[in-house]
Amino acid sequence: MLKVLQSGFYTSIQDQGRFGFAEYGVPISGVMDQYAAQFANALLGNDDSASVLEMTMLGGTFQFTEPTVIAIAGADADLKLNDSSVNQHVVLSIKTNDVLSIGKMTKGFRSYLAVKGGFKSEQVLESRSQYYPITKTQRIAKNDTISYETFKKDYYKQHATVKFKALHLEQPTLEAFRGPEFDQLSATQQEQLTHTIFTVSKNNNRMAYQLEPLLKNTLQPIITAPVLPGTVQLTPKGNLIVLMRDCQTTGGYPRVLQLTAASINKLAQKSIGKPLKIRLKD
Amino acid sequence: MSYNLKYSRFNERSILIEWPSIINKNVLESIINFKEQLKNKYSEEKVEVINTYNSILISYSFTIDNFNDEILALKACFDTTLVVENQPKRLWTIPVCYDPDFGPDLEDYAKAKQLSISEVIAQHTSAIYTIYFIGFLPGFLYLGGLLKSLALERKATPSLDIKKGAVAIGGQQTGIYPQDSPGGWHVIGNTPVPLFLPNEYPPSAFKAGDQLKFESISPEEYEQLSLAIKTSSYNLKSNIIDA
Repeated sequence: MLKVLQSGFYTSIQDQGRFGFAEYGVPISGVMDQYAAQFANALLGNDDSASVLEMTMLGGTFQFTEPTVIAIAGADADLKLNDSSVNQHVVLSIKTNDVLSIGKMTKGFRSYLAVKGGFKSEQVLESRSQYYPITKTQRIAKNDTISYETFKKDYYKQHATVKFKALHLEQPTLEAFRGPEFDQLSATQQEQLTHTIFTVSKNNNRMAYQLEPLLKNTLQPIITAPVLPGTVQLTPKGNLIVLMRDCQTTGGYPRVLQLTAASINKLAQKSIGKPLKIRLKD
Repeated sequence: MSYNLKYSRFNERSILIEWPSIINKNVLESIINFKEQLKNKYSEEKVEVINTYNSILISYSFTIDNFNDEILALKACFDTTLVVENQPKRLWTIPVCYDPDFGPDLEDYAKAKQLSISEVIAQHTSAIYTIYFIGFLPGFLYLGGLLKSLALERKATPSLDIKKGAVAIGGQQTGIYPQDSPGGWHVIGNTPVPLFLPNEYPPSAFKAGDQLKFESISPEEYEQLSLAIKTSSYNLKSNIIDA
C-alpha cells in the first residue's frame, strides 16, 4: 500500500484514460503527458496502461508498506528516498516503510510516479483515471492509501535503458494540424496564429490551457461539434483555449487548430508564463 | 435523403465527417444511419464513433497511415440507400416535479414568459423531444423540440450550484443536468431519475435518435420515486417507437 503523507499541489491517479465512452459524454482523461508516464512505466516493464500518480507543480511524500520497484519520470524535481537523494528516469528499489518525497518541479510541470504492476485503485468505465463524478474523488488527498502488488527485486530484470528526451520539457514549439474552422480565419489571423509567441496563462489545468495574448476574433460560435484533447478553440473574446485530457466531448467555439499527440504532451509540461509557438503541420 | 459530406483529418487517429450546418431531424437521421453502418463495419476493432448535430468523429486506437485510403474506405462504407437500425428507437418518459422547491427559477421564469406555472408545465410536458447526442457533461442529452413559446435567453449570471436532476431551459434548448454543475439555464423542475450511472454498462440508457417526454409529478411522488430508485425497484419508462 502507498500511504499519502503529503499530497502535493494537485496529484491524481491516471492511466491512458477512457476510450469508447465519449458517446455518453465521458471525458477521455488519463495522464496529461503520455510520453513521461509511458517512460516511467517502460522502465519497470509495465504495460502503457498501468496507472501512475501524476503530480503537478509540487510532488508529495509517500510511504510504501510493501517492497516493490518504482520509477519517476517527467519534470525535474528534488527526489529523496528516506534521507538520500535519488534520481529520476531510473529504477529505484523500495523496501517496506521507505519514504519517498518529491519536491517542487523546476524544469517542467508534471512528474509521474510509476510502481511495478501499476496502482490498483478503483476502476470505472475501464479506467482508473480520477475524474469526479465518474470516480468518487477528483484527486488524492493526505492520508489516502493506494494499493499495489508486492514485488521482490530479486525477480527484477533490468529493461532496455533509454534516455528521457530533455528537450521534451522545454521546447517552445508545438505542432498543430489545421482545425475544422481554420479556413474561416482571415489570412492575417492565420499569420498571427503561427507567428505570435504565446504564453501559458494562469488558467491552466487538466481540462484546458488558456493562452495569452488574446487574438483578434471575428468568427461566430459554431453549432456544438466534437472536440478532443489538443483541440484549440477561439472564443468570441479572442481567447485561445487548448483543450486537455479532462475536456468535454463537444464544444461550441470554432476549432482553429488541433495539436499533434506529441505536442499535447509537451504542453502538459508547461507552467504559467512559459512561452510557446505554433508550427502548422500538413 | 443524401447530403454532400465533407471528410477531413482531425488528428493522427481521427477523421471528421461533416454534414451541412443546419439542425434538423433529417440530418440527424442521415448521421445516425452512417453511425450504425460504421459500427457494423468496425464491430471487431477498437474504434470510437461520436456524433453531434452535424458531425461524426471517428477515432481509431491506432495512428492512421494513409488518410486518403481511410477516407475512401469510410465513403465506401456508407450506403445511403439503406437504413440500418441496430437497436429500435425508444420514447422515454422522464418524471419531473415542477414545483418552486424543485425548480428554483420556476416562478421568475414564468413571470418573464408571462405564463402561469400551470401553462409552463402544460407546454413543457406536451412536446416530444428528440435526443440529438450526449455531450457537455457525462449523460447530458442535447434535446431538440422545445416549443418556441418557452424559449428564454440564458441568465446573465450563471448559477454556481445547479442540482443533479435539474430540468432547465436555456435559449432554444431544454435539458436535464446529470450532475451538480454551474450553469446559466433557468431551472424549472427536477427529476429523481439518474441520467448517468458510471458503474453500469452502458452508463447512459439513451441514444441519439431516441425521443423523450416529460411527465409532471407531485412532490410526494418525487419522494416515492427517489426511494424506489435508492432501493433499485424503479425502472425508467420507455416504449419502442414504431417506425
